[in-house]
Amino acid sequence: MTEASTDSPMIRVSAVDKYFGSSHVLRNVNLEIPHGQVVVVLGPSGSGKSTLCRVINRLETVDSGSILVDGKPLPEEGRALAELRADVGMVFQQFNLFAHKSVLDNVTLGPTKVRGLSRNQARQEGMRLLERVGIADQADKYPAQLSGGQQQRAAIARALAMRPKVMLFDEPTSALDPEMVSEVLEVMAGLAAEGMTMLVVSHEMGFARRAAHRVLFMADGEIVEDTTPEGFFEAPESERARDFLSRILTH
Amino acid sequence: MQVLIANHGAYLSGIATTLWLCLYSGVLTLVVGTVIAGFRVSPLTPLRAFGTAWVTVFRNCPLVVVLFFMAFALPVLGLNASYFVFGTVGLALYTSAFVCEAIRSGINSVPAGQAEAARSIGLGFTQTLGLVILPQAVRSIIPPLGSVLIAMIKNSAIAGAFGVGGDLYMTGTRLSSAQGEAVVPVLIGVALGYLIITIPAGLLLGYVERKVAIAR
Ligand SMILES: Nc1ncnc2c1ncn2[C@@H]1O[C@H](COP(=O)(O)OP(=O)(O)O)[C@@H](O)[C@H]1O
Ligand SMILES: [Mg+2]
Repeated sequence: MTEASTDSPMIRVSAVDKYFGSSHVLRNVNLEIPHGQVVVVLGPSGSGKSTLCRVINRLETVDSGSILVDGKPLPEEGRALAELRADVGMVFQQFNLFAHKSVLDNVTLGPTKVRGLSRNQARQEGMRLLERVGIADQADKYPAQLSGGQQQRAAIARALAMRPKVMLFDEPTSALDPEMVSEVLEVMAGLAAEGMTMLVVSHEMGFARRAAHRVLFMADGEIVEDTTPEGFFEAPESERARDFLSRILTH
Repeated sequence: MQVLIANHGAYLSGIATTLWLCLYSGVLTLVVGTVIAGFRVSPLTPLRAFGTAWVTVFRNCPLVVVLFFMAFALPVLGLNASYFVFGTVGLALYTSAFVCEAIRSGINSVPAGQAEAARSIGLGFTQTLGLVILPQAVRSIIPPLGSVLIAMIKNSAIAGAFGVGGDLYMTGTRLSSAQGEAVVPVLIGVALGYLIITIPAGLLLGYVERKVAIAR
C-alpha cells in the first residue's frame, strides 16, 4: 500500500512478546495496518488472536516490543491511556454490554463521560447509530431483553459512538446463534466499505472474502501467514494453515 | 420493670447518644470503606498495598485496642478531641475494614467483561468503578454490608464503655452500679434499647435490598 510509506500506519506492532506466566503467548509479533485496511485474523484456539487484540488497546500489557496507534506509542496508564482507548473501538465475543443500563445509555455513556458531549447531543447521535445498526426500536430496553445479534449490534454502536480511528473485533459472531451471524457481519461489512480501519478475529470465510483486504493466520503466538483472502483460502503456504483450513472447511 | 419507667429519660437519651454515634460512624465508615475498597482494586500497586495494609490492621486488631489508640495515643501525638469524636472515628475506622471487604467481594461478583468494556470506551479507573461496576455490585454488597453495620451498632457499646459516656450501654452501667438498681432489669432495658435501634435498621436494610433487587 502506498499510503503506508508516506503516512504512519494506523497500527504498528513491533517485535512484541507476551507471556502469561511461563507460556509464551505472542512471539515476536510484527504487524503494520495502514489506514482504512480491513484485516481478518484466523488461527486455532489458543494461538493468541484475542491477546493480539487486547494488547493493541492495552487491556493486556506486553513484555517487550512496542505498539503505536496512529503514530503514537501506547501510554502506560491514566488519562492518556484512557484517551487512546477511546480512539480504539473494541467489540467482544460476549458483547459485554453494561447490564444495568438501557441500550441507548450504553451507547451514550462514553460520549458524555469521555468525549464531553451534552446528554442531548449524545442521545441524538446514539439514536442515529442505533438506526444504522438496525435496533433503534430497542433503544430503551436492557441488554438482557435483546437477542444475541441485537446485543452485538448494540455493542458495535457503543464502540462507534466514540468515533474511533480503528475497530478491533474479537470473534464478534462466535457466541451467536447461526441465524444471527449475518446481521452482525452485515453491519461490519458496511463499516469496512466506509473505510474504517479494522482488525477482525473471525473464522467467517464469507466475510473475509467479501470485506477483508488482508488475512493473517496465527499459530502458537506467531503470525504464520500474512496474505490476501484469496491467497490464503485457495493456496495456503504453510502446513499448519492447510491443516487448520481442512478442519474448518470439513465442518 | 419499674427501673425502665422511672429512668425512661436516661434510657431515651442513651438511645439518642448511641444513635448519633452510630450515624456519624456509619457515614464515615461507608465513605472510608468505599475508598479503601477502591484502593484494593486499583491498578496502582502502592494504593493496593495501602488498602491491603489498612484492612489487615483494622480487621485483625480488637476494637478495644483501636479505641485505646485513638483515646490515648493520638493525644500524645498532639491530636486532641472529645471522647465522642475518638469513639466515633475509632469505631468507623475499625468497621471500615469490614465494609471494604463487603464492597470488594461485591465488585468481584461483577463479570470482568464489564470493566473491560468500560475501559475500552475510555473510561478511567474511577469512572469504571463508579459508573459501571459499583452500580452492578450493590445487589451483592447490601446483605453483607447490612450485617457489618448491625455489628457496628452493637460494637458501639464498646466505644460507649470506653468513655463516650451517656450512650445506651453506659446508661445501663451507671444505673446499676452507681444508683444500685438491680442488674437484670437494667440490662433488659439496655437490650431493648439496642433492639429498638437494630431491628428498624434491619428492616430498612431489607427494604433497600428489595429495592435494588427490582431496579433492573
Ligand atoms: N488471562 C490469561 N491468563 C493466563 N493465560 C491466558 C490468559 N489469557 C489467555 N491466556 C492463554 O494465552 C494463550 C492465547 O490465548 P488467546 O489469545 O485467548 O487465544 P485465542 O484468542 O487465539 O484463542 C492461550 O494458551 C490461553 O490459555
Ligand atoms: Mg480468543
